[in-house]
Amino acid sequence: MKFKSIALAATLTVAGVASLLSTAAFAQAKEQFFPVLVYRTGAYAPNGVPWANGYVDYLKLVNAQGGINGVKISFEECEFGYATDKGVECYERLKGKGATVIQPLSTGTTFALTEKAPVDKIPLITAGYGRSESQDGTVFKWNFPLLGTYWIAADVLIQQIGNKEGGLDKLKGKKIALVYHDSPFGKEPIPLLQERARMHGFELQMLPVTAPGVEQKATWLQVRQSHPDYVLLWGWGVMNSTALKEAQATGYPREKMYGVWWAGAEPDVKDVGEGAKGYNAVAMQHGAEHGSKVVKDVLAQVHAKGQGTGPKEEVGSVLYMRGLISAMLGVEGVRRAQEKYGKGKVMTGEQTRWGLENLALDQKKLDGMGFAGVMRPVSTSCVDHVGANWARVHTWDGKQWKFSSDWLQADTQIIKPLVKGASEKYATEKKLTRRTPADCQAS
Amino acid sequence: MLYRENGQFKTTYSADQQIFPIRQDRLAIALLLAIAFVAVPLLASEYLFRAVLIPFLILSLAALGLNVLVGYCGQISLGTGGFMAVGAYMAYNAFVRVEGMPLIVAILLGGLSATVVGVLFGIPSLRIRGLYLAVATLAAQFFTDWAFLRIKWFTNDSSSGSVSVSGLQVFGLPIETPVQKYLFCLGVVCVFALMTKNLVRSHLGRAWMAMRDMDVAASVIGIQPVHAKLSAFAVSSFIVGVAGALWGFVHLGSWEPAAFNITRSFDLLFMVIIGGLGSVMGSFFGAAFFVILPIVLDNVPQMFGIQIDTALASHLTTMIFGSLIVFFLIVEPHGLARLWSTAKEKLRLWPFPH
Repeated sequence: MKFKSIALAATLTVAGVASLLSTAAFAQAKEQFFPVLVYRTGAYAPNGVPWANGYVDYLKLVNAQGGINGVKISFEECEFGYATDKGVECYERLKGKGATVIQPLSTGTTFALTEKAPVDKIPLITAGYGRSESQDGTVFKWNFPLLGTYWIAADVLIQQIGNKEGGLDKLKGKKIALVYHDSPFGKEPIPLLQERARMHGFELQMLPVTAPGVEQKATWLQVRQSHPDYVLLWGWGVMNSTALKEAQATGYPREKMYGVWWAGAEPDVKDVGEGAKGYNAVAMQHGAEHGSKVVKDVLAQVHAKGQGTGPKEEVGSVLYMRGLISAMLGVEGVRRAQEKYGKGKVMTGEQTRWGLENLALDQKKLDGMGFAGVMRPVSTSCVDHVGANWARVHTWDGKQWKFSSDWLQADTQIIKPLVKGASEKYATEKKLTRRTPADCQAS
Repeated sequence: MLYRENGQFKTTYSADQQIFPIRQDRLAIALLLAIAFVAVPLLASEYLFRAVLIPFLILSLAALGLNVLVGYCGQISLGTGGFMAVGAYMAYNAFVRVEGMPLIVAILLGGLSATVVGVLFGIPSLRIRGLYLAVATLAAQFFTDWAFLRIKWFTNDSSSGSVSVSGLQVFGLPIETPVQKYLFCLGVVCVFALMTKNLVRSHLGRAWMAMRDMDVAASVIGIQPVHAKLSAFAVSSFIVGVAGALWGFVHLGSWEPAAFNITRSFDLLFMVIIGGLGSVMGSFFGAAFFVILPIVLDNVPQMFGIQIDTALASHLTTMIFGSLIVFFLIVEPHGLARLWSTAKEKLRLWPFPH
């Protein structure tokens, strides 16, 4: 018995070493490789799965349409379960295969990878999440929080609340509670909200919820006691539906609740159904887009051929679109890079970074790709790595998400100084020097 | 045949008391160290360093620290993740707040802070034992989680609560590339392993073991429970704190309290149990089991070119990993270290066992 188990242990060790070596010796084909960090398991899987399906489906769609100027895309998923250390392991594993861009869909992992990406020369796209100050491309050369940051999201939400009240000046003396996921993700909007609170004279009440957020009784008891005029919900995964159920139980009006885009998708409200009716969330540009052309393309060119990644019904849902647009941004970065470095060639991470920094997706291009009505133009530069600061608010009507506001633009007058201060602090901590205008021109 | 101590006579006490009394063992360890310090840096890929070897070394160190407490002194602790967090955050504070703070001093200060917290949370062990103590140490875990999330001073007023370090160097040598990080961790782990090994062979280690085996009897023969138990907590949390600082500084580079949550505490406890309680070697086996095996299992389908769903692969990994834990515990409840020593025993008689 003992010998057997020793033999087994020895075999396992040998197999282990062999597999690690084989991973290292993975051949690199002449294809544009997209690593896909996903979480299809764990506490955040209900939200992670549609995102991953959308991401992969778009890559398949590009391949079905002939690739990026003829360059086919290859991709590989790595499951990391929203755990930072596992995410880093996935990054290391996929990096060796010639990663073009990396999109972690986790604020914690983004923070860890921000340290690694510049060394490995792989651009990091964090579409709508990550470090808000990373929109400053002169300090964060490799980070691209395209389509908006948490500060933009928070700013738009305050504006929308102002609109509801009939002007931002009416916010004076009001009380707004921030119910947030107690992690870097949840804490990100705080500096902006504090700034806005100072400007308009509303009171900001902060109510942290311990991750993953299944236990919120105490939080909602506080909401019940202080009865804030509005509640901002900065949650992710199971925390959102729990918060909505608690709000229902405490009788807090859902119409007065505003979520971040991580708290504004179908999985968050579906289980609550009618109970979540009236709940609002910021949509970083897109919402559920079942009618858009790109969704029809995916259905016709990917799903109809039996190559769809997830179920058909999910195509076009909010987080599916998030994944799809994230993939599109990466692909467009490569396409833009090809314009400079040679069409039909495989781009390196460095070249793709240039492409992402010089993105120019005007409305015509977007319409051509089937994104009419889904999003607004994106154009980035060395200084500005966000590319757009528009968002909308959508509301759950009990069955689906419907837009309830017009396009709103975040106030750059407020965000700019915050970004500058925070990125300055980061640069001093890291002893980085800002990129000079010459450096911007060169690369 | 090869592994036999026949003909090796000890003529001095020091020869008899050395860590590896058998020459073949000494050769094997020398060879292992040579491989680890010379061959691995030359051969291993970046992935192997960053995803496998560095986490393995650091978690081995943490397991070693926990093993002092659980394996040698018999005090169950579920606060390991918390002590790691103390080490990491206090080292961070020392590092960023004091201009020109050397890395090693910062890490040791992190370890010392963890010692203080460890001793503090070890005081209940004087009155309660066993599972009740485990529950009491759980408080350490939750308290540190809370403190590092909520008290802004610890994170240097970072708005998101996430901290990061860079520009690491030791005696003017940068710790930037994976190889440098690996060698740094390896050096630290070797020093601590040697220190622990000697400590557990000293009077202090014997006091811990006496306390573990029967505390009443130990105090009857003159071992002070206060001294023995608290010193075990101190040594253990010092090592764990250093491991936490390394985990934050060298492995992650940027971290949040979630990196040291309750799961980390459980993982480390399981590492120690599966590796072997009361064995320095066992800590390394346990860490290897927990770090390397899941990654290997993840890679198996790909190795054979099988395309399976990512979620399914991940579930399979968890299932197989879980059943292997059960399997090893049934085959050898005393851990992998015991398997190792059984193998050595058999090898001494091989090929003529009778």
